[in-house]
Amino acid sequence: MPKIGVLAIQGDFLEHGKMLDAISMDWQEVRLPDQLDGLDGLIIPGGESTTIVQLMDIYGFRDTIKRRTREGMAVWGTCAGMIVIARKLLDKRPEPLGLMDIEVSRNAFGRQVDSFETEIHVASIPGDPVHAIFIRAPIVTNVGPEVEIIAEVEEGKPVAVRQDRLMATSFHPELTNDTRFHELFCKLSGS
Amino acid sequence: MAIETKPDTGTWTVKSGLAQMLKGGVIMDVVTPDQAKIAEDAGAVAVMALERVPSDIRKVGGVARMSDPKMIAEIIEAVTIPVMAKARIGHFVEAQVLEALGVDYIDESEVLTPADENNHISKDEFKVPFVCGARDLGEALRRIGEGAAMIRTKGEAGSGNIVEAVRHARKVLGQINHIKSMETDELMATARDLKAPYELVKGIHESGELPVVNFAAGGISTPSDAALMMQIGVDGVFVGSGIFKSERPDIMADAIVKATTHFNDPHMLAEVSKGLGDAMPGLDIRSMPESEQLATRGW
Repeated sequence: MPKIGVLAIQGDFLEHGKMLDAISMDWQEVRLPDQLDGLDGLIIPGGESTTIVQLMDIYGFRDTIKRRTREGMAVWGTCAGMIVIARKLLDKRPEPLGLMDIEVSRNAFGRQVDSFETEIHVASIPGDPVHAIFIRAPIVTNVGPEVEIIAEVEEGKPVAVRQDRLMATSFHPELTNDTRFHELFCKLSGS
Repeated sequence: MAIETKPDTGTWTVKSGLAQMLKGGVIMDVVTPDQAKIAEDAGAVAVMALERVPSDIRKVGGVARMSDPKMIAEIIEAVTIPVMAKARIGHFVEAQVLEALGVDYIDESEVLTPADENNHISKDEFKVPFVCGARDLGEALRRIGEGAAMIRTKGEAGSGNIVEAVRHARKVLGQINHIKSMETDELMATARDLKAPYELVKGIHESGELPVVNFAAGGISTPSDAALMMQIGVDGVFVGSGIFKSERPDIMADAIVKATTHFNDPHMLAEVSKGLGDAMPGLDIRSMPESEQLATRGW
């Protein structure tokens, strides 16, 4: 069984933990870089991306995550997590880690009063559409050649993407009762 | 791959969901765009835009109202993190103005002078989410019943004294534990005694927790204060006067953010607590007449 870590610096990391518990996965909180050793997959949760990136740099995560990703660790970013792993942001800050070949725009739908929930189809998730919750959410504005777009909210607005063992979603599967995204990520981590 | 149904805005899920994203974080009171930037640089998850921090509201006296919309708009422009602002208890028009300005959360706050001595704002009617203060579980559940999507302790704002925040957090968490261990047939009498909606009491019996995020507020002035509240069991902290009334606000802001993440690591707490300069001056609550205590406002 793959060993999954959830970055527990700030944000809704416990909600990801509850989803992993629900599918009986082995997981641990990650608060410092040396806790990345031995992990097959890392989830970067929703939260405030400026806060998460700032604290990741203070604790020296940047180089270790890049090294562990090169060694094959899978990474999934939700909302703030998508911003954290992007190659480039349209905004001046924060400075993303550059793990995934995507360009991302923060708060792309507006302020909190514009946050919304809806149903979307996700290419990697067969069956019923996914209930997607967007909270001050980002979108992907550009993707590299190796990136597969697996969901859009409307034509040309990608909100879920995959690249090899990396995955990013603008929305929050961890705030629903649907574990299919977590199952998909665990499969990715174990392959 | 296109949209299946019309998107819904202002739902309970997106309102309470934003508070989920703030967990493990520090929300800082700021009175200028420059302070807001200092807060954002230190890693604050949100800022509370207001004209005066609570310790100055105490000093100035008189009627404390919603802040100048111009100032709030300037702070919204200055940062990319969520911006909160305060409305008076029961003043639903101030709340309408704040929603129109585009603030991300409204604090219906006892720090301002109440506008209604009987009713709080009907928060379900707004798209913008609300946070409210509570001293005990009954008060917390009444606010959630009105539509609050986030709860905080009241503490004693602007006092620099953590004692009231500790009292309120322990009270709420203790009452939750008590309800968790009850028999089902005790729940209605408990709802009556707490003056709380029965369905919410029943929900706590089943889940063992509040249905919304619960932060500490009121009197947090040092990194250890923040870590104390986190160890007691809150989800994050508000720091009002504690940062910009300290000797070195940038360093204090930084240290309180780190202490909130690493609240369980005494070595890290020792490290971040070194050389912070003077914390804000504090007040003894026991010598404070009840008429001056802000926490007693709210019903």
